[in-house]
Amino acid sequence: MSFALSEEHEAFRAVVREFAEAEIAPHAARWDREHHFPVEVVARMGELGLFGLTAPERFGGSGGDLASLCVAIEEIGRVDQSMGITLEAAVGLGINPILRFGTEAQQQRWLPDLVAGRALAGFGLTEPEAGSDAGATRTRAVLEADEWVIDGAKQFITNSGSAITSCVTITARTGELPDASPEISAIIVPSGTPGFTVEPAYDKLGWHASDTHPLTFAGARVPVGNLLGERGKGFSQFLATLDDGRIAIAALAVGAIAACLEMSVRYAGERVAFGVPIGTKQGVAFQVADLHVMLESSRLLTYRAAWLRDSGRPRAEVKQAAAVAKLHATTCAVSATRVATQVFGGYGFIEDYPVARFYRDAKILEIGEGTSEVQRVLIARGLGLPVE
Amino acid sequence: MAEPRRVLVLVKYVPDAAGERSFADADSTTVRTTEGLLSELDEYAVEEALSLAESGGWEVTVATMGPEQAGAAIRKALQMGADAGIHISDEALHGTDALGTSAVLAAAVRKFSDEGGCDLLLCGMASTDAGMSVIPAMLAERLGLPQVSFASQLSVEGDTVRIRRDSETATETIESRLPAVVSVTDQINEPRYPSFKGIMAAKKKPVTTWSLADLGIEPAEVGLAASWSPVTEVSKRPPRGQGTIITDDGEGGVALAEFLAAEKFI
Repeated sequence: MSFALSEEHEAFRAVVREFAEAEIAPHAARWDREHHFPVEVVARMGELGLFGLTAPERFGGSGGDLASLCVAIEEIGRVDQSMGITLEAAVGLGINPILRFGTEAQQQRWLPDLVAGRALAGFGLTEPEAGSDAGATRTRAVLEADEWVIDGAKQFITNSGSAITSCVTITARTGELPDASPEISAIIVPSGTPGFTVEPAYDKLGWHASDTHPLTFAGARVPVGNLLGERGKGFSQFLATLDDGRIAIAALAVGAIAACLEMSVRYAGERVAFGVPIGTKQGVAFQVADLHVMLESSRLLTYRAAWLRDSGRPRAEVKQAAAVAKLHATTCAVSATRVATQVFGGYGFIEDYPVARFYRDAKILEIGEGTSEVQRVLIARGLGLPVE
Repeated sequence: MAEPRRVLVLVKYVPDAAGERSFADADSTTVRTTEGLLSELDEYAVEEALSLAESGGWEVTVATMGPEQAGAAIRKALQMGADAGIHISDEALHGTDALGTSAVLAAAVRKFSDEGGCDLLLCGMASTDAGMSVIPAMLAERLGLPQVSFASQLSVEGDTVRIRRDSETATETIESRLPAVVSVTDQINEPRYPSFKGIMAAKKKPVTTWSLADLGIEPAEVGLAASWSPVTEVSKRPPRGQGTIITDDGEGGVALAEFLAAEKFI
C-alpha cells in the first residue's frame, strides 16, 4: 500500500510551485483587483506544458496522467484560484471533449494550439434556464444545406471570450427524439463566427481574473463538419468528461486549503495579542489544527480519485470517488477560507492579505461543475438509493 | 548526418539559500544544508547549451563534482533537457578547494573528450555559494584552452564561438576558436522550467559516476588536507541586535546625525 505520489510527480510539484510563486503570486492581487485576465501568463503556463499534461505527444502533450494535472492545478490554485480554474477549464472543458470525441481533422485543427497554451477553448452547456437539466436546453442548431445555423444563449462560460479563445463547443437541440425529448448534440463554434457574440464579462464575487462570459447566438453559421462526436450524444458525451473535471476541481480546492493552512500557521505564530503570539491561544490553535485535517483529508480523497482514474478502474468506482472528493474538498475549501479569515481577524477582511481573495474565490467551488447537491445525488445513487 | 558536436556544461550543487544552513566543519566554509539545488547561475549555462542543441547538431552533457546529493543538480539539468550526466563523486573530495576542483574537473574533461570529443565547455559566471568565479579560468589554464568569460550573448559558427561581454565602460565582442571554455552571465537568457515530459524523460537518461581512481587522481592531491588556503576559524555572524530608538523631543535630528556619524555612515 502506498499513499505517496511518485518522485517524478513531486519533482513536478516543485517546478510548478516555483513557477507559480515567481510568475503568478506577485501579480495575483492586482489581476484580481483590476479583473485582468493575463493572457501572457497562459502562454507561459503553456510553455511549461501544463495544458498538455494529459494530451498525447502527437498534439504536443506529455501523455501524462490525471494525477499530474491535479498537482499542477493544486499548485497554481495555491497562489491564485483564478489561474487555477483557467487551467482546469482549459483542459477539462476546452481540450478534453475535442480529444475524446473529435475527428482527426478537428483534433489537428484545434488541439496543437490549445495544448501549447497559444489558444483557449470553452464549453457552453449552461443556459439562462438550463444547467444540469439537459432537457431544458433552448439553444437550437438547424441543418441548412451544409451548415448548422445556431440560435440561443449560453451562461457562465469560462475561457470563452479571451483574446486567445479559438473556439467554444456548445450543446444545442438538433432535433426531437421519438419520445418528444430534445436531441442534444455538441458543435464547435469558432471565435469570430458572424452571429456569435461574446457578451461583456460578468461582475463575479470571486475568480476576478478568470475569463467568464455569457454568449449569444443569432443565426450563427458553422460547417456541418463542426459537429463534435455523434449527433444526439451531446449531453452524454459531456457527462462522460465530467468525472475528470470533478477530480480536477477537487484539486483546485486542495490548493485553496493548502494556502489557508500555510497563511494561518505563519500568521498565528507572528501576530501578537495580549503579549503572546495568537497561536498560543487554543481558540486559534485548534482552528488551525482543523485546517490541517481538512487539507489532509481533501488531498487524500482527491489523489485517490485521480489514482483510480489513472489505474483504469471501472467507471462507476471512479465516478463515486470523484463525487466524494469534489464534495468533501470544496466543502472544506469554503470552511478553510472562513477559518483563515477568522484567524487573520480584521486583516482577513481587507485586501492587503490574500486571505480575503481566497474567501471570495472559494464559494464557487461548491457550485461549478456540479453543485454539492448534485454530488450528493450521485453518491446516493452510487449507494443504490432510488434518489430522485 | 554528421555526428553531433558535444558541449559539456559544468555545474555545481549549492545550498538552497532559502533553507537552514550550517557549516560542515570547524575549519571549512563548506556549507551543509538539508536541501540543495542546481546553482541558479549555472542554469543559464545549461539553458544556453540547450538553445545550441535546439539550433541543431549539439549534444548536451552536464557534469558536477560533489557528494551523492549533488546528483540533484544533474537531475535538474536532465529534466530541463540535457542528454546525459556525469557525476564526479569520491569521499576524498570533501573540502577540496578551487585549485583542487579545477584539477579534478580538468581530468574529467580530458576523459570526456577522449571518449567522444568535446567542442565547448560552458560554466556559470560564479557559484552562488562561494562566488569565486575562478573555475573557468583555472580550467582553461589546465586544459590549455582559450577562455572567454562573462558572456551575455553567445553564438557558434563553424569552429568559432563569438560572445558579447558587457562591462561598465564598453561592450566587447570576442571571438575564439573551439574548443573553448566559456562562462555565461545571468543576462544571457531566461532558463526554462522543466516540463512534466522533461521530468519523466530524465528518468531514462544516462548518468555516469566517476571516482578519483577513474580520473587517475590520487586522493592526497585533493580534499581538505590538500587545500592551499586552509580556513583557520569559522564563526557565525552574531544575531542582529535591537535597534536604537531616538525619541524626538526637539533634538531628534541632531541625535540621529550623531548616531549616523558614530556608525560612520556620514
